[in-house]
Amino acid sequence: MKDFLRVFLSRPIPLIGLVIFAAIVAVALLAPFVFARGPFTIVGMPLLPPGAPGLLVGSDVLGRDMAVGLAYGARISLLVGITSTLCAVGIGVLLGAVAGYYGGWLDDLLMRVTEFFQIIPSFVLLMVLVAFLQPSLSSTVIGIALVTWPQVARVVRGEFLSLRGREFVQAARTLGMGDARIIFTQVLPNALPPIIVVSSMMVGTAILTESALSFLGLGDPNLLSWGSMIGGSRSAMWVAWWTTVMPGLAIMITVLALNFIGDGLNDALNPRRRR
Amino acid sequence: MSRLSYIGARLVKTVLITIAVILLSFFLIRLAPGDTATVMAGQAGFADEAFMKSLRAEYGLDQPVPVQLWKYVQAVAQGDLGNSFVRRQPVLDVILERLPNTVLLNAFALLVAIAGGVLLGMIAARRPGSVGDASVTVLSMLFYAMPQFWLGMMAMLVFSVWLSWLPPFGIETMGADYTGLARIGDIAVHMILPGVTLALYFMASYARLTRTAMIEVADQDFVKTARAKGISEGQVARRHILRNALIPLITFAGLQAAILVGGSVLVENVFSWPGIGTLAYEAVTTRDNPLLLGIFIVTAILVSLFNLVTDIAYSIADPRVELGR
Repeated sequence: MKDFLRVFLSRPIPLIGLVIFAAIVAVALLAPFVFARGPFTIVGMPLLPPGAPGLLVGSDVLGRDMAVGLAYGARISLLVGITSTLCAVGIGVLLGAVAGYYGGWLDDLLMRVTEFFQIIPSFVLLMVLVAFLQPSLSSTVIGIALVTWPQVARVVRGEFLSLRGREFVQAARTLGMGDARIIFTQVLPNALPPIIVVSSMMVGTAILTESALSFLGLGDPNLLSWGSMIGGSRSAMWVAWWTTVMPGLAIMITVLALNFIGDGLNDALNPRRRR
Repeated sequence: MSRLSYIGARLVKTVLITIAVILLSFFLIRLAPGDTATVMAGQAGFADEAFMKSLRAEYGLDQPVPVQLWKYVQAVAQGDLGNSFVRRQPVLDVILERLPNTVLLNAFALLVAIAGGVLLGMIAARRPGSVGDASVTVLSMLFYAMPQFWLGMMAMLVFSVWLSWLPPFGIETMGADYTGLARIGDIAVHMILPGVTLALYFMASYARLTRTAMIEVADQDFVKTARAKGISEGQVARRHILRNALIPLITFAGLQAAILVGGSVLVENVFSWPGIGTLAYEAVTTRDNPLLLGIFIVTAILVSLFNLVTDIAYSIADPRVELGR
């Protein structure tokens, strides 16, 4: 652990990522206390530029404070990014572990399924899923998890495949441990590093995917997210650039921070990549 | 395994993927609340039990699920994707009308991505660690972190709103009624913004792939032989290194086709490009479920066909490839 922290914090990039990400989390957590009136409240004239009195990043088409919108949008992005990744990791670890540990037809079947998900246009499938389930926060999370779990399953399966023959697994078997216990207490802890790296990258992708869904009007209609702010600003972009630029910057900075962290995790957890 | 039997095996796989897409679609239909009968009744504006019953009988919705599934598979296999709720036209006709525009945009984007990516990759590979190399890495990091549709809007903001260089919307100038070459030129100009937006994201990956492949190939014996023969450095790079470094790009193009189509849905909407991406958006806003599902089925089958083509092309371009499985 100490070793891990030393490597992770030794380079500036992951550290910058961590600081930015912590700031975004703080904004997301504090938003309802600092801006109790909520993101939908109209505070003044529409399309006021950034720096207008009391408006840090200007107002949108309806005269709502965009700073409040950005703060509340962080909540949606982080919530969707983290929960959908957790769901995808849950499904992926379970199926990948079973496939890698047992091999055989189960493994064949799972590999065909992950290949299938690579070949079909998963964003179009996601649109169908969310539209058919009715757009909401939970259908977004479920949809993203359903199209991304195969990535995790592939990684987990590969790890289990290479670990299942090792001596410590054989030792555990000799001790009379059952398969489930070996999978979860012996093999899985050793397979964790790559799982952590993959999932840290998936959070950023999930945030991008959520923004794309709500840009297309497939987000939760009762919530203001960064993607729906951009979608709602399309007609205003010609006269008020900030309505489009600001939410996009928010997404980019968040995803960039997450990718920086993922990069650092990869260096710290993957001894082969250490320089 | 001979090439013919490899192609045969790949054909079988493509058919299996198509069947899986159809099965998946059948279960997706069940996900939506209400069935065709409820929607039809809603459109008719009235619904008593007898009318609903006759509708269900008409559409076979009163039959057991396996029977319905079999009928569905038969229908889709014959190109019957149902009727659009809103347009009252066969879904396949609506899609086929828009499909050429999407294919045009995606093909253009793929060409720009490969050409630009290979060029950038070559520049980066010439001196690894140089400023040019580093800026390709930084740019690709930025592109991966921004939503593609937002990148398109930023491009529109700069090149259409501020500079007025390029048209922001549509596929051709409305009401201009150009013909012949003038029309082709008009469409080409309209294609630049959406096409390059779509391409930029993939250009970064092609650049990285080319860079790695070039550095790897540059170390191999046949390159040293070519140098020893006294061939100029530029010729070695182009004729010996690049040709061999390009082969992995074929497979990569296939693998990325699915992501390209997903990006195209968003980019088409930003630039009001009249393809199946804008059609998908219309289907979402009008709750036209059969049309949306039809778009999924058609794009999935097209992408798997494209993968079939790239796999076959790869096996021809690189005869060393293992034709197993």
